[in-house]
Amino acid sequence: MNSVVPAPIATLPWRVIFILTALVGFGATVLYSAAGGHLEPWAGKHVARFLVLLAMAIVMSRLRMEFWKSITFPLYLALIFLLIVVEFLGFVGGGSQRWINLGIITLQPSELMKPVMVLAAAWFFDRLPPNRINGIDAIWPIAALLVIPSALVVIQPDFDAAIAYAFGLGVVAFLAGLPLIYFIGAAAAVAILAPLVYFFGMKPYQQDRVLIFLNPENDPLGAGYHITQSKIAIGSGGIFGKGFGNGTQSHLDYLPEGHTDFVFATMAEEWGIVGGFFILGLYVLLMRWGLTVAMESKTRYGQLVASGLTCTIFFYIMINLLMVVGLAPVAGIPLPFVSHGGSSMLTMMICVGIIMSIERHPGAKRGQFS
Amino acid sequence: MKVEKQVTSGQLDFTFTRRAVFVGGVQAAIGATVAARMSYIAVADNEKYKLLAESNRVNLTIIPPRRGWFIDRYGKPIATNRADFRVDIIPDRLVRKDETIATLAQLLTLSSDDVDRINRELKQAQGFQPVQVADGLDYERFAAVSVRLPDLPGVSPRQGYSRFYPSGAAVGHLIGYVGTVSAEEYQKNKNPLLITPGFKVGKDGLEKTLEDRLQGEPGAKRTEVTARGKIVRELTTRPDIPGKPVQLTIDIDLHNYAARRLGLESGSVVVFDCLTGDILTMASMPCYDPNSFSDGIGRIEWKMLNSDDHIPMLNKALQGLYPPGSTLKPMAGLAMLKHGVDPEETVTCGGGYRLGNRVFKCLGRHGPVNMATAIMKSCNTYFYSIGRRIGYDNIAPIARELGLGQEFPLPFPSQRYGTVPDSEWKMRKFGQKWTESDTLNAVIGQGYIISSPFQLGLMAARIASGRNLLPEIIKKNRAAPTLLSFPQEHLDVVRKGMDLVVNGAGTAVRSRLQLENIAMAGKTGTAQVRRIEGAQRGQSGAWKYRDHGLFVCFAPVDQPRYGAAVVIEHGMGGARAAAPIAKDVLTFLYDREQAMKSLEALEAGWGGNIEQRMAAKYAAFQGQPADPPPLDPTG
Repeated sequence: MNSVVPAPIATLPWRVIFILTALVGFGATVLYSAAGGHLEPWAGKHVARFLVLLAMAIVMSRLRMEFWKSITFPLYLALIFLLIVVEFLGFVGGGSQRWINLGIITLQPSELMKPVMVLAAAWFFDRLPPNRINGIDAIWPIAALLVIPSALVVIQPDFDAAIAYAFGLGVVAFLAGLPLIYFIGAAAAVAILAPLVYFFGMKPYQQDRVLIFLNPENDPLGAGYHITQSKIAIGSGGIFGKGFGNGTQSHLDYLPEGHTDFVFATMAEEWGIVGGFFILGLYVLLMRWGLTVAMESKTRYGQLVASGLTCTIFFYIMINLLMVVGLAPVAGIPLPFVSHGGSSMLTMMICVGIIMSIERHPGAKRGQFS
Repeated sequence: MKVEKQVTSGQLDFTFTRRAVFVGGVQAAIGATVAARMSYIAVADNEKYKLLAESNRVNLTIIPPRRGWFIDRYGKPIATNRADFRVDIIPDRLVRKDETIATLAQLLTLSSDDVDRINRELKQAQGFQPVQVADGLDYERFAAVSVRLPDLPGVSPRQGYSRFYPSGAAVGHLIGYVGTVSAEEYQKNKNPLLITPGFKVGKDGLEKTLEDRLQGEPGAKRTEVTARGKIVRELTTRPDIPGKPVQLTIDIDLHNYAARRLGLESGSVVVFDCLTGDILTMASMPCYDPNSFSDGIGRIEWKMLNSDDHIPMLNKALQGLYPPGSTLKPMAGLAMLKHGVDPEETVTCGGGYRLGNRVFKCLGRHGPVNMATAIMKSCNTYFYSIGRRIGYDNIAPIARELGLGQEFPLPFPSQRYGTVPDSEWKMRKFGQKWTESDTLNAVIGQGYIISSPFQLGLMAARIASGRNLLPEIIKKNRAAPTLLSFPQEHLDVVRKGMDLVVNGAGTAVRSRLQLENIAMAGKTGTAQVRRIEGAQRGQSGAWKYRDHGLFVCFAPVDQPRYGAAVVIEHGMGGARAAAPIAKDVLTFLYDREQAMKSLEALEAGWGGNIEQRMAAKYAAFQGQPADPPPLDPTG
């Protein structure tokens, strides 16, 4: 304890800060190149936003876990209310709207619901007596937790968010010990329902996305353009890439969304798979950190929240990377900490802040008195 | 009923750890999948994607090859390429059609006739086949379009070359013109060069038939472009290989002079080199201007051409067929000599010739005439009488030997060969026997016999040289032409007769050359367009019923070097309409100053030279309603 570094600084979660700084720094480098060697309009803002949100996450880490537990359900209800408000505003404004403009920031409730869904699920399983885990009591409340916000975002329509909710809640339920048969059954149901949803539940543009994902070469200039150009960017980068600032796909605008959803392709064109492995490596470290925090947490709520939020971050990474390399349909999901974009970074940093809080406050074992 | 197993929080803790490890494993597996997929794309398929990235980045544009020039026998240009700025529309990329055309019309100051043509061509155009908006633009107007390009999708401004014919309408029928490839041509051969803006192919005349020689090899320009098509910078460029120039036998100065000298008449002039058979001049007027034709034809221009009874779309030298009239008398004379007629034998002309109960008229009462005098005076009676004696089946082979009714392997899209009738021909054609009155008609060049001005000119050149001249339009070294079957003394008699026509007391004495030591020999002809009715002799009345005027000639008389024919449609007489033109054209070969003086005096009376007269006529047609022209007027 007799370090030259003052205690408040020494006790910062340096491991995760290092990982995130590396990701954001590399992301900013890529954005700098994508803007043709300028900090404007993306790279500078990217770093500034990260610094502000990192400060927010550190503040969050100081809050005790009991605080998160206590505000979980009120937060959940507040977001449901905001989702309804957004829906109403969209109805009045004549079109689909996903955000509320608060003047200084725009609030996107469907985005904030992603980590809150995990908190809510963890909160529920924490309250559920262990011997009721196999009963019907464990099922209907989480079904209700999921269905209400999902229904609200689906009519926006925002299927991607609904899937993210289901994923976050599903992971928490799985880790909470819900019988395996439910998950196997759900997988079977998805296999049966997916075609039905495709034909009756999806709008034509969503159907297109799926079709094009299945065969992007069918429509290289139309909707399959994104995937084709992304693969060209990654493929032409080779092992070591074309060099910093030399990517033609991004600089000549062939790669759409090269600074947001397809930032990985922009990166891979200039840095090759070496750069790709670097990012993947950082994500491995991040996931390991999150899951370690979960394992080392002494409370059930802490375990479930930390692992659930880690998986929420993972969900973003997975969907984005699978899409960029052509293994998943095009979805508007950015790459955490690398893509330019405020609302997704806010969600990610909220997740990180809460995990940091759990890391700082592992709590006491159940049944013990603190 | 089993007792429900009790679950404790310790068990759930254990389950959590186990399942968390599983989740971590799934994450690792997905991470590995992404890594593997990325490596596969970037390593195994690297070459493929590099190529695709390159083809994204680099835009290859075809540079249309410059067409080979046409030059005349002395190397003077007949058809060249002029560097210019042009604007085309690519129909497939056009977004707001009407708006775009309106903007272009304003920027390029297009006439309503042009806008109308563009609209029509756009309606017919397929896909990427370019529609020309304008060419020959100056830099200011070109730049005005270029800077607005982002707002004008489908518009393609280019720097290129366009075909230029310095002689304008004078060479229209000879050279033809060029135009964009038609949809059918592109369907046959899907070469991307064909739909490159600015690329033209020959549509008529020599431009069409010599297409392969003239076309050349296209070049390619590589530019780096953004996804929106904005050019970032130019990369390497492979220049085009221009088509090879084609040297014609034409003497372009003489040709232009002949075309101008035809003036307001509808007619043609053909001049041959008597030593080689080279075609020195093949003028046919009136004619369209191949310069403006190559840009696409507007309604007004089309109406102007089509409503002209002088038929500017027809190459009269090769495709016009006329009864040759008396121009065939020297030929008939050669046939008679060959069949033993004594040139000094006289026939007394009393103004006509009686066959049965019908009198075939002569133009005058010539009294006793021998062969040379008969040619000089163009005495029909002499030729009726002796022609009847030897029979037309003995004259027709001589007509063919001199080129009438013959087909020549010349690179023109179409020639008409006319008819040299005989008894076998008439039987085949009409199932009737040849009659003596058929002979009498044919021997003075009326009736069934018809020929083109080209053939008449060749006949004159063959009589003048006594050699089997083969006509040629493309300059090359050829073996000296062989002799025809006529003995020198026969040729001398006929040439003497032709000499007397101009320089004796003949029908064309007023067209004697005003040159020292050089004289022209010739033969006039006046061909009836319809049967003579009463006193009407085709010398008055409606233009289209008037007699054609013809003249065949050669010069110099003693050492023939040039053979020529002039045919003036409805000119009322060879001596009156055709011979003066022949005189000026042949004068031009020896004394340009004198010939030009004579021409300038005439043009002052006609309302200017060809270009000025066409411009005035175009102006007069402006504002009149007109039907749209076909896409391929020569097709």
